[in-house]
Amino acid sequence: MSNLTFTLKGQTDQRIDLSPLVCQKLQNLNPEEIAGIQLQHGNRKVRVDELFNISGSDSQNIVFANSNSKLDYIGKELEGGNITIHGDAGAYLALSMKSGTITVTGNTGIFTACEMKNGFLQIEGNAGDFLGGALPGNKQGMKGGAVLVKGNVGARAGDHMRRGQILIEGSAGDYCGSRMLAGTIAVMGNTGRYLGYAMRRGTLLLWNQPQISATFNDCGTHTLAFLPILFASFKSLNSRFADKNLAFQRVRRFGGDMAETGRGEILVKL
Amino acid sequence: MIINGVNIDKTFAEAFPMKATRAIITAQNEKWAMIAAQAMTGFATSVIACGCEAGIERVLSPEETPDGRAGVSILIFAMGGKGLAKQLETRAGQCVLTSPTSALFAGISGGKAIPLGKNLRFFGDGFQISKKIGNKRYWRVPVMDGEFLTEATTGMIDAVGGGNFLVLAESQPQALAACEAAIEEMRKIPNVIMPFPGGVVRSGSKVGSKYPALGASTNDAFCPTLKGITNTDLSPEIESVMEIVIDGLTKEDIDKAMRAGIQAVCNLGSGNGVKRISAGNYGGKLGPFHFHLQEIMA
Repeated sequence: MSNLTFTLKGQTDQRIDLSPLVCQKLQNLNPEEIAGIQLQHGNRKVRVDELFNISGSDSQNIVFANSNSKLDYIGKELEGGNITIHGDAGAYLALSMKSGTITVTGNTGIFTACEMKNGFLQIEGNAGDFLGGALPGNKQGMKGGAVLVKGNVGARAGDHMRRGQILIEGSAGDYCGSRMLAGTIAVMGNTGRYLGYAMRRGTLLLWNQPQISATFNDCGTHTLAFLPILFASFKSLNSRFADKNLAFQRVRRFGGDMAETGRGEILVKL
Repeated sequence: MIINGVNIDKTFAEAFPMKATRAIITAQNEKWAMIAAQAMTGFATSVIACGCEAGIERVLSPEETPDGRAGVSILIFAMGGKGLAKQLETRAGQCVLTSPTSALFAGISGGKAIPLGKNLRFFGDGFQISKKIGNKRYWRVPVMDGEFLTEATTGMIDAVGGGNFLVLAESQPQALAACEAAIEEMRKIPNVIMPFPGGVVRSGSKVGSKYPALGASTNDAFCPTLKGITNTDLSPEIESVMEIVIDGLTKEDIDKAMRAGIQAVCNLGSGNGVKRISAGNYGGKLGPFHFHLQEIMA
């Protein structure tokens, strides 16, 4: 059984809501039924087969080919199965994803992995602002699972993050880990201003010395026992995070944000 | 049955169901992992008065431990799940949390999850940090030497306790030498512990006592100094009897350990004063697990 593949027919001026095209919703549908699903396209509804060429039949392995940044809500509430996106993805990729895996070969838009609950998301390119964040007005962002970004991420990565791991091979923008409740964000590249702004708990694990805000206090240098276990858990990833030579156990620990509860931490490789 | 001049009695050891768990203790080096493990498994020879039976299973190489440091694997057995959980938590809190450089991990992933460091975290007074890595939750508790890292839970499984055999010899030194040889071989078997001091018990008990308050008392039938005045089970030449008690995760594990131990004793043979191997049982009324010596050695 070959992958169920949706190939975008051409460029589109309007944004498309692809939330109906997730594995669990397509599981028991025949090709005609899938082709007839109505998608929100700008301010009107259109059939799937008006926008995409459809091939294959394995609804547990979905591919979006020729994808671009106008395709929003891919993998929304995904519950098992795999989605592969060839090209870019729009906003709200993996919104409230529950399980399964999503792989993107290009870049993703804002609110990627927003309020994600579990599963694994891998982005080969860059991710936009509010990666793993909460929907505007909500108090808890990502609640579990793991996100691996091979490129850079925008501002406010992990905003309101509650649990889970965000692994960034590149650099992070301003306010990384802002208002974080718990979880781990690891950044191999550089970080922007206001790192960990108003974070309550959680760990920001950094390979490079960041610009530390005045509300983070230096707790000294330490060898932390949990780091080898954390790095060992990255072993199976297709990523620089799996490289044993880049792992470390000695860190300088900054506690904060002292303007909040001060139970969060920034760990910087020594 | 006679092996190398040693008579193997046609009898059986009687064992009973227990609950068990395994914990892995690591530290900066093997010395300190062993110190923590010895503390945690101390005063745990018998459920009669210790609350649990515990022992060191084996030393682990850094490659075998979760955090890549030297470690020791311990097993703890108790008669019920509640009792086991209480003993585990108390011992972990007083003996491992307190031991320099130590970390504590689950040694059994299946079974019912019972708290390992889940409640020890409160020692952190709010400064403790949770880390969920994969499907396991860890607690980082700030302590004066750095951080105490512990897994939140470990697995509790059904197990077997009370496997045993008796070594009957012509003298006390010969009985002890035979038991030492047995313990050395039995420690190579995984999933078992011999919880008594050095693995050997010299005060085997029978059920009941002339004193109503006591549930167990000395096994007079195997006491050599009482040969003439009690209903003895000893022949005239036997001057000393020692027992090895085995707790294991399965009946098969105890089978293997008993076979290895009895074989080691028989290898010394009657020439070294070892005359008989017997076993303790209660007529088959106490425990559902029976270890027939001659079947094990067949």
